[in-house]
Amino acid sequence: MKAGDLAELASRNLREAVLRNTLTTLGIAVGVASLVAMLSLGVGLQQFASRRLERTGLFDSIYVRPRQPDARPRGSFGRQQNPDENAAAASPEIRPLDEAARKEIEGLPGVIEVYSEMHFTAEASLGDHGELTTVAGLPASSSSNDAFDDMQGHFFSSPDATEVILREELADSLADAANIQPAALIGKTLALHFPQRQPNPASAASSPQPKPSASAQTPAAASLNALGMGFSIVPTEKDFTVVGIITSGDPGVGPEGFGGSNAYIPLQVAEQLAPVQGSDLREVMDEASASGGGARYASLTLRTDGPGAVASVEATIKHMGFSTFSLLDVTRNLRLLFAILDTLLGIFGSLALAVASLGIINTLVMAILERRREIGVLKALGASNRDVRRLFFIEAGVMGLAGGVLGVGMGWAIGRAIHLGTTIYLRRQGVPAQDIWSVPWWLALGAIAFAVVVSLAAGIVPASRAASLDPVDALRYE
Amino acid sequence: METNGAAFNAIEVSRHYRMGDAVVRAVDNLSLEIKRGEYVALLGASGSGKSTLLNLLAGLDRPTSGAIFVNGRDLSAMSGEELARHRNQTIGIVFQAFHLLPKMTLEENVELPLRLAETPRAERPARVRKALDRVLLTSRRAHHPSQLSGGEQQRAAIARALVNRPSILLADEPTGNLDTRTGEEIMQLIESLHRPSATAEAGAPTAAGSSAASNGMTVVLVTHEQTLAERFADRIVTICDGRIESEERR
Repeated sequence: MKAGDLAELASRNLREAVLRNTLTTLGIAVGVASLVAMLSLGVGLQQFASRRLERTGLFDSIYVRPRQPDARPRGSFGRQQNPDENAAAASPEIRPLDEAARKEIEGLPGVIEVYSEMHFTAEASLGDHGELTTVAGLPASSSSNDAFDDMQGHFFSSPDATEVILREELADSLADAANIQPAALIGKTLALHFPQRQPNPASAASSPQPKPSASAQTPAAASLNALGMGFSIVPTEKDFTVVGIITSGDPGVGPEGFGGSNAYIPLQVAEQLAPVQGSDLREVMDEASASGGGARYASLTLRTDGPGAVASVEATIKHMGFSTFSLLDVTRNLRLLFAILDTLLGIFGSLALAVASLGIINTLVMAILERRREIGVLKALGASNRDVRRLFFIEAGVMGLAGGVLGVGMGWAIGRAIHLGTTIYLRRQGVPAQDIWSVPWWLALGAIAFAVVVSLAAGIVPASRAASLDPVDALRYE
Repeated sequence: METNGAAFNAIEVSRHYRMGDAVVRAVDNLSLEIKRGEYVALLGASGSGKSTLLNLLAGLDRPTSGAIFVNGRDLSAMSGEELARHRNQTIGIVFQAFHLLPKMTLEENVELPLRLAETPRAERPARVRKALDRVLLTSRRAHHPSQLSGGEQQRAAIARALVNRPSILLADEPTGNLDTRTGEEIMQLIESLHRPSATAEAGAPTAAGSSAASNGMTVVLVTHEQTLAERFADRIVTICDGRIESEERR
């Protein structure tokens, strides 16, 4: 029999026992709804976590350091390192992480931004009161960080603006001393006093530097110069306008993060200021740098256009002769964790569908009993075993399909209800509402397909029983 | 096996059933040849094995031993699919209990064999109408079986048996559930299928698709009514305890 005729007969049969078939279909729908509701929660949580983590910039970032000549690369930062890092370290070529290398890295496909880590100690002065603090330079891409979501004020107006964003602790301390509200700091001028690194006349950089507070080199600077360090350290002051106060979170990125920093300025401005950083001491110890080999970076941070590009970019940079570090492995572990969570949720959700499949078996077995004579007539008129089997299969499949579609709708509605409930609860707790529920298209289609497959599987035994009925016995059946 | 001119050739056919420890020999080492275009009545008491023999000829059942040739083809060598095709294309079956599907209209019941034969949809309405015309039920085509009399239901069952233009009609006690007058009408209808030219002259509907000597269908009638067998059949084969007791050519 042709598929169209089989489908027509199957739909007619389903309509004839409409109550029983509707109840069976509803059973499947409830099973699918439970599966969809469970998995949509798992998927939603995964997407929520990924979204939050991606916004930190940690998972599309790679940290590059010059490779060290010793067996254990210092590029591991003393933390988790990629398994192939040691293999990469076996490469004989060791390159300095200088401006040429930075430009080369910037040109790699998938790289959208390369910057050096800038964090330095400075005294932040508001009027007569000063606070010793750590200042970090932030790239423009940090504006998407969720630490700025509920900040007071705004992000830097431009990458070269002389503006500063304070963390709440520093803002409170400065405001207390000035006897004003912290919010009143926004718009005020904050002076940063910091030690500035200036090149020796022999290797002077062409870029203009802010005017030092002392017009001439101090005796200490002169003596460092005399030591052949290649640069001098000059106390410097620079004024910044306070544009924002972060009340929660940390916009820091990088393996050491900018965590602990209490003031943030645009990275471009920080680079121009050339403050003395902790890594400069390492440079002093580095003979190559001390001999005047030009500006070198202790480390560079680069951002790719997505976590997917991290592995290939990382491999290329290792091949260039540098040590790298990324949180790719952490991402993999996170994905594994969510895969396990989704599997567990899927198993619990499938239990209801398994129960529903018993309903299908029951319905079809009942249908065989009721339609025994009809099966006999069909066989007498020329239906083969295959025709009868397919007829029952189609009936099971149609119930599965209808139950699947209905179940996805019900699961979506349950998810919406859970979402609404959590939103109301979180708002009452004073926490912004979070979207922790999602029904992607693949989940909807997958659930419908799963319902059809489960229904067909449930139909195997009844359909085979119907097909193997002896037509003579079936025709005799009253 | 030589089967020239034979619609059926059953050779030493047995059909045994096991009921507990006992073996019931419903058909026991029976041989029978039925020529194309012949009208044969299988006469016997209830339980004699005549219906079992009809089921074997129809391909609804398989013999325990022996062979059955239908139009020269060995049924025992056929696969399940081929047997199904045989039931659909070669023979038409009419039952005592009509066996129309109650939720379908007459049209839909008659269309069923066409669906199973995968006849193109466009051809079906005309074929169904022609079959219903032949049994004079065109006006009742949209009715359900429960809305018809017993005689009309049996005529609808005959239309369903004819719609695929088979060359053989198997009728198992077709008048068993009918009163005498209606039974007579049904028998006349079957007779008209077997001898279309004779009945056409008398104004009865004609059968098509026959290649018999009578230019009509081969008919095998199972009945326990001797008078019916004597009035309509060319040959009466009396069955008793699964064996042929006697044969009478008329």
